[in-house]
Amino acid sequence: MGRVPHITPDAASDAATSDAAPTRNATTHPAAPTHGTRAGGVGQGVVRARGLSKRYGDFTAVDGIDFEVQPGESFGFLGPNGAGKSTTMSMIGGVSTRSDGELTVMGLDPDREGPRVRAHLGVVPQQDNLDEEIRVRDNLFVYGRYFGLKRSYLKDKIGELLEFAQLTDKANARVDALSGGMKRRLTIARSLVNDPQILLLDEPTTGLDPQARHILWDRLFRLKEQGTTLLVTTHFMDEAEQLCDRLIVVDNGRIMAEGSPAQLIRDYSTREVLEVRFGSDANRAAAAELAGLGERQEVLADRVLVYADDGEAALAQVLARGLTPVASLVRRSSLEDVFLHLTGRSLVD
Amino acid sequence: MTELTRTAHGPEVSAAKAGRFGAWYVTEYYLRALVRYGDVILADAVGSPLMYILAMGVGLGSLLTGNHSLFDGVPYIVFIAPALLVSSAVQGGVTEATFPVMDGFKWHRIYQGPIVTPITPRQIASGQILAIAIRLLVQSCLFMVIVGLFGAVSLPAGLAAIPVAMLAGLAMGLPIMAYSATIREERGQFSIIMRFVFMPLFLFSGTFYPLSELPIFLQWIGWISPIWHGTELARLAMYAHAVPGWLAAVHLAVLLMLAGLGFWITLRNFVARLSGAA
Repeated sequence: MGRVPHITPDAASDAATSDAAPTRNATTHPAAPTHGTRAGGVGQGVVRARGLSKRYGDFTAVDGIDFEVQPGESFGFLGPNGAGKSTTMSMIGGVSTRSDGELTVMGLDPDREGPRVRAHLGVVPQQDNLDEEIRVRDNLFVYGRYFGLKRSYLKDKIGELLEFAQLTDKANARVDALSGGMKRRLTIARSLVNDPQILLLDEPTTGLDPQARHILWDRLFRLKEQGTTLLVTTHFMDEAEQLCDRLIVVDNGRIMAEGSPAQLIRDYSTREVLEVRFGSDANRAAAAELAGLGERQEVLADRVLVYADDGEAALAQVLARGLTPVASLVRRSSLEDVFLHLTGRSLVD
Repeated sequence: MTELTRTAHGPEVSAAKAGRFGAWYVTEYYLRALVRYGDVILADAVGSPLMYILAMGVGLGSLLTGNHSLFDGVPYIVFIAPALLVSSAVQGGVTEATFPVMDGFKWHRIYQGPIVTPITPRQIASGQILAIAIRLLVQSCLFMVIVGLFGAVSLPAGLAAIPVAMLAGLAMGLPIMAYSATIREERGQFSIIMRFVFMPLFLFSGTFYPLSELPIFLQWIGWISPIWHGTELARLAMYAHAVPGWLAAVHLAVLLMLAGLGFWITLRNFVARLSGAA
């Protein structure tokens, strides 16, 4: 299937047996890297940031963050709007210069070698910037030329990209005739024209309906299987869970936590969550009576969350205390809960 | 299958090729986009000179002179053809230097496409400028064909007026392009440029009568106008209008200076705007 098998830190630590997989890296992995591959030294990270900062006047958009992305990994930046995710992406592409810290992409400094860095990248911006007035196929063609690709090569390549993006029958349509999901897939196809080793995706599915999102996730998963390194920013926890091997949770330009989705949930939340609703005015009063139940609680405007390893048992105790919620729900913890716990705020405002 | 199997040349090759030919790739894009409006541009390039030549050259000309010589010892249509050629190129230059630039930075964020490829902001600017130059060249050639059909140009010497018209278009267009690159919000600045910069220069640049016919307190408008400098050169080429050599050199120098200055500031403004903020 894939050209290059991908390794995730999870896989690497599970199979401490060693590096059967990586063909790209001649050097062996340091024995079972921890999730937070912050350990300095000569990392093999395709993207490495240390103390990375971006200031606009008095405003600090990115405030000294460290991370390292391994080849073939799918790495996420999860955080609310304005957390500094897009700014970080711009700095990786050398489109925006950093104010402070170190940053390398494929061993190159994006500020000084922007064009060389960008030759390795595929970029899917937050807002589509396709040329709406020319044909679908021409959008890909023009973009391929920016990488110096030959016309004859592009002819075949475009057919392949359109097939990948499931847009073959739209090849000669004008872009403004496409649906939102199709435009997004075209933007992704466009970003792949140079066979990038690293794909930067800024909020890839924002504004798409659920079906379109799933199609897109499927395409991205295929790329990952083929060994493309994905860097994804998102403020959707389900997207982060679907796509990312490992992620950092960012808020106000700082890293709040780092790890795989499962590990973050283990570290910062309980296995299950009990959601109980008592009606808008009664939630706060009811919460007072729930004291001591589960590991901790969060009172939201419309409901109370009780964090417990056994949600059903927690619910039984709520009822035993003589409280009668209007509605109740037991579910697994998600990254949303992790974010709530770390920042006291919800991801989507 | 949906697997992506083909492999492009490596990133180092991409970066090297873009480093050398990047501006041209941007030009290619703009020419492609131009073709999309090919019919409109063609109609404009052929229709508007035809209109002017019929209305001014033939109509007004016969009224003024019965189509005998009035200025410079040539029929009126011959006198104004070079001016119309240059004015048309200048108008084209102004148009290309305004709305498409806002389209790039803001309206359709066209520049955000190449900016994340190996293409640099300088190349985006110079590629677009090259495309404008090509457009002006093509437009001026078409104009020359029309003028030729009316027999209002002496050939082949008159062909030298084509690059002159292009240069005049850039001499006016590029300084305006530099300004357009600084506009964050278009609140009618472009129509002001058209009405209060292009139109007066068009009317007071010795277009319809020699600049010397104007009272001296209005002549300065011509002196600062790329349309006048371009027109004088074009007349020299198209019907051997008497211009001393040193003055022709001054005309050419003014046009080159304006275009060069505009080019330099445009590049600077593109770099500042495309690599600073994000």
